[in-house]
Amino acid sequence: MLPQQLANGLLLGATYALFALGFTLMFGVLRVINLTYGFYFTLGAFLALWLTRAGVGLVLALPAAAVGSGLVAVGIDALLLTRLRRARADELSYLMVTLGAVLALYAGMAALLGPDIRRLPPGTIDEAAILLGPIRVTAAQLLILGACAVLVAALAALLRATRLGLGIRALAENPDAAALMGMATGRMAALVSFLSGALAGAAGVLIGLNFNAIHPYMGESMMLRGFVVVIAGGLGSVAGAIIAGLLLGIIEVLTAGYLSSGLKEAVAFAILVLVLWTRPQGLFGRSAAVRA
Amino acid sequence: MRFLVMLAACLVLSTAAGAAEPVPVGLVAILSGPNAAYGTAIRAGAELALAEIDAGGGPKIALTVEDSGGTKDGAINAARKLIGRDHVAAIIGPTLSNEMFAMGPVANGRGVPTIGTSTTAAGITDIGPFIFRTALPEADVIPVTMARAVARGVKTIALLYASDDAFSKSGFDTMRAAAEQAGLKILTVESFASKDTDFSAQLTKIKALQPDAVGISALVEPVSGVLLQTRQLGFGPQTLFIGGNGANSPRLGQIAGAAADGLIVGSPWFVAKPDPLNQAFVAAFHARTGHDPDQFAAQAYDTMKILDEAIARAGSASPGAIRDALLRTDHHGVMGPFRFTDHRDPASAEGVVVLEMHGGAFRVAE
Repeated sequence: MLPQQLANGLLLGATYALFALGFTLMFGVLRVINLTYGFYFTLGAFLALWLTRAGVGLVLALPAAAVGSGLVAVGIDALLLTRLRRARADELSYLMVTLGAVLALYAGMAALLGPDIRRLPPGTIDEAAILLGPIRVTAAQLLILGACAVLVAALAALLRATRLGLGIRALAENPDAAALMGMATGRMAALVSFLSGALAGAAGVLIGLNFNAIHPYMGESMMLRGFVVVIAGGLGSVAGAIIAGLLLGIIEVLTAGYLSSGLKEAVAFAILVLVLWTRPQGLFGRSAAVRA
Repeated sequence: MRFLVMLAACLVLSTAAGAAEPVPVGLVAILSGPNAAYGTAIRAGAELALAEIDAGGGPKIALTVEDSGGTKDGAINAARKLIGRDHVAAIIGPTLSNEMFAMGPVANGRGVPTIGTSTTAAGITDIGPFIFRTALPEADVIPVTMARAVARGVKTIALLYASDDAFSKSGFDTMRAAAEQAGLKILTVESFASKDTDFSAQLTKIKALQPDAVGISALVEPVSGVLLQTRQLGFGPQTLFIGGNGANSPRLGQIAGAAADGLIVGSPWFVAKPDPLNQAFVAAFHARTGHDPDQFAAQAYDTMKILDEAIARAGSASPGAIRDALLRTDHHGVMGPFRFTDHRDPASAEGVVVLEMHGGAFRVAE
C-alpha cells in the first residue's frame, strides 16, 4: 500500500505544483496577487473541451488551449491592472480588484454555460491504468508529472538563458529602472501575463483530464490549495511552488492513508502554518526571477 | 333593460371571483454555483405544477423564486426577502439540508410554513412546527438498499462520506446504522471534503482491505469523482458500490459514465415508474424542458400540488391556516400516495425502488 500511497501523494502534489506555477510567476515578476488566475485555469479546460469535442486531438488541443487562455489573460490583465499600475495602487487594491473580477467571471461563465460538470470525450487520453510494479497510474497522471518537469525547465531556461528572460528579470528587480533604461515594460508585463495565463490554461486541461471534472468553478476550488502552495513556497519562487506543491500532496495523502482522512487538511495546513511561522518568507523567500 | 342588469350583475360577480388575489408563495433553490443542477430541476418541477394549477380551477399561486447559491447565508437572505418583501404565505425549499438547518429557524420564527422537497437529513422537522418535508428521509430509504446488498451476499463494507456537508454526514450516519443493523462488518470509515477532486489516499486504503461493498454518502459530483478514481485504482466489478440519496441523479451516469456501472441506490421515485400519473408528468416535463425529470423535479412537482391543495383547504392566505391544512394532506402524486406524519415528515416508504447503474443510466435493480 505504501508505494501506491506515495505515488498518489506525488501525483496529487504535481497537480498543485502545476497549478501554482503560473500564479507564482505572475507574482514574482509583476508583484501582483492576481486572483483572476483561477479563471484562466477554468478557461483552458473549457477551450480544450470544445476543441476535443470538435474532433481535435489532445496533442493540438492542449497547446491551443494554453495559447487561448494566455491571450485572454493579456486582455483581462490589461483591462484590470493597467490603471492600478499607473496609480501605483497597493497590493490590497490588486487583490480586491482581481477578487471581484474573478467572481464575476466565474458567475458569468456559469450563467452562460451552466454549472454542470463536463468531461473531455472518452478516449481523449488512454484511460487504462499503467502498472509500474505495485503502483497503478494513468496516462493523464504521468502527463501532469511530465508537464510539470518540462514547464519548470522551460521557464528556467527562458528566465536565465535568453535576452527576453533578462528583460523579465530586470522588470521584476526594478520596474522603474527598467523603464528608464528604455525597456518596453508594458509589453514585457503583457508577455508575463500571457505566460502565466498559458500556464494556467495548460494546467486546467491536464487537471481537468485527470479528475474528469470540468466546470466553471474548477479554478475556484483549486485556488485555496494553489494560494497556500505559492505562499508556503515563497511568493514568486518557481522552485518553492514545486516543492511546496509536492510536499502538500504527499502530506495530505499520507495523513489520509495512515492517520485519518478526517485529519488530512488539519495536518497538512498545520504543517504549512509551521513553515510560515519559522520562515515567514516561505521556503524560498525571494523571487527566483529576481535572484537569478 | 333586465338583460342589461343581469349582464351587469354577472360582470360584478365575475370580477369578485377574479379579484381573489393569487397567494404569494416563495421558492428557495440553488440556481447558481456547483450544485445548481438540483435547484434547476426543482424549479422546473415546481413551475410545471404551477402551470397545471393555473390551467385548473384551484387557488392561484404567485410564485417568487430566490437563489440560495447553495450557502446557508444565501438561504437565510432568500427567506428574509421572501417573508419581508413579498409577504409569502409559504416557502418551498431550500435545496440542501445544510441550508434548511440555517433557514428553517428563520421561517419557523416568523410562522411561515416551509416545505423541504429535497432535504433528507435527520432532524429537519425538529427545527420547529412550521417546517415540513416531502422528501423521504434517508433513514427510510437506505435500509431498503442495504437489505438488497445483503441479499446479494455482501458481508463486509467500507464507508466513505463528505464530512463538511450536513446532508452527506447525516446520510453516512444512517448508512452506518443500517449496515450495523443488517449485520455487515464495517472495515473502515473514510471521509473527504465536498470540493475534493482527489480521493486516491482513501480509496487505496479501502482497496487494501478488500471489502465486499463500499457505501458512499455525498452529493452527485463527488460520488462521480470517487467512482472514476476507483476504476483508475483497479477496483473491479466484484466490489458493490452503494450510493446514498446524493447518488440518485441521472447526472451520475453523465459524469462518471461506465465507471458508475453496478452502483445501487434506493429512490423514492423513478422516471420509468409505469403508473399513468407519473407517465403523464414525465411526458409534460419533457415537452416543457426537452429532457426527462429527475427525482428532485418530481418531488418539487408533487410539493407544489400538495401546497395548492392545502391553500384550497385553508380557504385563506394565512400562513397559520395553511400550516394546519398541510397536516391534513391526503394527496396522490407522482411519488405515490402522500400524507404527513404528525411530525410533518412523509408517512410511508412503500414507494422506494432500488435502482442500479447500467451503461450510464439507471434501471430497476434485479
